[in-house]
Amino acid sequence: MTRATPFNGREQFSAPVPGETVIRFKDVRIGFEDREVLQGISFETVHGETKVLLGEGGSGKTLIMKMAAGLLRPDSGTVTVMGHNIGEMGEKELLQFRRYIGFVFQEGALFDSMTVAENVAFRLEEEGVHESEADERVRQALRFVEMESALERYPGELSGGMRRRVSIARALVDRPPIVFYDSPTAGLDPVTCQTIMSLILRGRDLQGATSLLATQRVQDAFGLANFHFDKNSGRILRDKTEAGGPAQTSDPANRAQSERKTSQLSESLSSAKDAKSATGSPAYDGGISTTNVLVLRDGKIYFEGAADALLNTSDEYLNEFLASAK
Amino acid sequence: MAEEKEVLEPLPSLLADGIKRQVLAVQDYARLSFESLSDVFTPPFYWNDTLEQMDIIGVGSLPIIVLTGFFIGGVLVLQTAAQFERFGEAALTGDAVAIALVRELGPAITALLVAGRNASGIASEIGSMVVTEQVDAMRALGTDPVRKLMTPRVLAMILTLPLLTVVSDFVGLVGGFLVAYFTLRLGAVQFWTRAIHSLDFGDLVQGLAKPFVFAFIISTVACFMGLRVKGGTQGVGRATTSAVVVSSVILLVTDTFITRLLLWAFSK
Repeated sequence: MTRATPFNGREQFSAPVPGETVIRFKDVRIGFEDREVLQGISFETVHGETKVLLGEGGSGKTLIMKMAAGLLRPDSGTVTVMGHNIGEMGEKELLQFRRYIGFVFQEGALFDSMTVAENVAFRLEEEGVHESEADERVRQALRFVEMESALERYPGELSGGMRRRVSIARALVDRPPIVFYDSPTAGLDPVTCQTIMSLILRGRDLQGATSLLATQRVQDAFGLANFHFDKNSGRILRDKTEAGGPAQTSDPANRAQSERKTSQLSESLSSAKDAKSATGSPAYDGGISTTNVLVLRDGKIYFEGAADALLNTSDEYLNEFLASAK
Repeated sequence: MAEEKEVLEPLPSLLADGIKRQVLAVQDYARLSFESLSDVFTPPFYWNDTLEQMDIIGVGSLPIIVLTGFFIGGVLVLQTAAQFERFGEAALTGDAVAIALVRELGPAITALLVAGRNASGIASEIGSMVVTEQVDAMRALGTDPVRKLMTPRVLAMILTLPLLTVVSDFVGLVGGFLVAYFTLRLGAVQFWTRAIHSLDFGDLVQGLAKPFVFAFIISTVACFMGLRVKGGTQGVGRATTSAVVVSSVILLVTDTFITRLLLWAFSK
C-alpha cells in the first residue's frame, strides 16, 4: 500500500520497486458542462504493468491519462502517482514531477516550429543536459523508432505514423519510469499500427516502464499481452505458457475461438520487421511485463482483468470489441 | 403560464453565469499577467526566445512603423499649416507637429499598428498550439507554458515598443519637415528649432511612458486570448480577432487615463 505524500520538488526521485502500486485512482469523478464523463473510477497499476484502457470514443480514456499526468484535476476522488497525491500538488510541483512521465499524445503534439531533433531534445535541453550528450541521446531515441534520417525535418513534412514515432522517441528519450500512450494507433493504417505497437512493446520490455495505453483497438491490448521483445534475438516473440505452447484459455469450449482471434494478431506482429535494439539504454531485467485491460463504458469501469479473461468473455458488449479484431 | 415561467426563469441565472464568466476571465488575465512578469526575475530564463520575439516584433514591425510614421507627420503639417496660415503663424507648425507626435500620435498609432500586426500573430500562434495539444505536451514535458511562451513575448514587446515609438516620432518629424519645406517653404533651422524647443521634459516622459503600458496590454491580452482558445480552428480565428480588438480598445481607454495623469503630474 503506497501512502500519499506531499511532493517536494527538491527531493530526490526514488524509482518505483517491483510490486509497488505506481498509479492509483480512487473513486475519481470528472465532468464538463453538466455531463459527468467519469463516474467513480477506481483502479491500480503496479510497477512494470501495462494497463490498456479500452473504450469507445468519448468514454474518458484520455481524461484518465491527463489526470494521471496532472494535466487535469478530478472533480472528486484521488489520483495518486508514485505515492504523490496529484490533486494536492501545485502547478510548479507538477511541472517538476512530470519530468518522470513520458506522454505520447493522440496526434503526436509535436512542436511544429521545431525540427524533429529539437522536438526530441526538448526535455533534455530543459534539464540542462550538455549539448553533445543530448545530441547523442536524441540520435539513439530516433534510431530506436527508425527515424534517425528525419533529424532535420519539420513535423509538417512527416506522415501521421512518422509523427507518432517521433512522439514516442520524445516521450522515451529521458527513460521515464511511467509512460502514457494516448491512442497511439488511432487513424493509422494497419501496417503502421503494427509498427507503432512493436515500438511500444520494445520500449516497454527494454525500459520496464509502467504504462497506460488508451486505444479503441482490441488488437493493441492482445499484442501487448501476448508478445514480448526478446533482447537476445532482437525479435518480437510470442509469449509461451509454462507448457511451452501458446497461451491457452482455461475453458476448452472457448479455446478454438480464442486461438482464432489471436492467430491474426500473432501473424501480424510476428511479421513485423525484426526489431534490432538500437536504444543503447540499459535492458530491463524485470522479465515479461504484465498487461491488463480496463474497459470503460458510460463513465464506469465495465471490465478489468487480464487479456485472456477478456478473450473468454461471453458478454455481448465486450464481444463487440473482440469482433473488431477480426 | 407554466411554460412561460420555464422560459423566463433561466434568464437571471444566464446573466449571472455570464457575469461570473467575465469576472473569472478578468481574474485569469490578472493572474497570468502577474505570473508572466514575475517569471522575468526567476530562472529558468528563455533569452533566445525573447531575442527571437524581439526580432519578430521589433524588426518585423519596423517597415510599417517607418512608412506610417512618415505620412502621419506629413499629414499633420498639412492639416495644422492650413489653420496657422490664417493667423500668419505658419512657423508654429513645427511646434504643433512635435507636440502632437511625441505626446500622443506617435505612441498611440505605433501601439495600434503593433497590436494589429503582432497581437493577432501571438494569439493565433499560441491558440494553434493549444488546439493541437502542443501546450499540453509542453506541460507534460515539465515546461511551464507561461514562462516559455508568454514571458518572452511580454518582455520582447515591452523592450521593443518604446524603441519603435521613438523611431515613429523621429520619422514623423522628418515627414513633417519635408512636407513643410516643400509646401510652406519653412527652413530646416526654423522647423527643427521650434520643434525641439516646443518639447519639454514632461512631453518626453509622456511619450515614452505610454509605450511601456501599451506594450504590456497588447502582449498580455494577446497571450491570454491565445492560451484560452477553445473550439478548434474556429476558436483560433475568434481569439485572433478578439486579441486585436480587445487590446486596441483597452489601450485607447488606458491612454485617456494615462494622459490625464501625466498632464496633472507635469502641469506647470
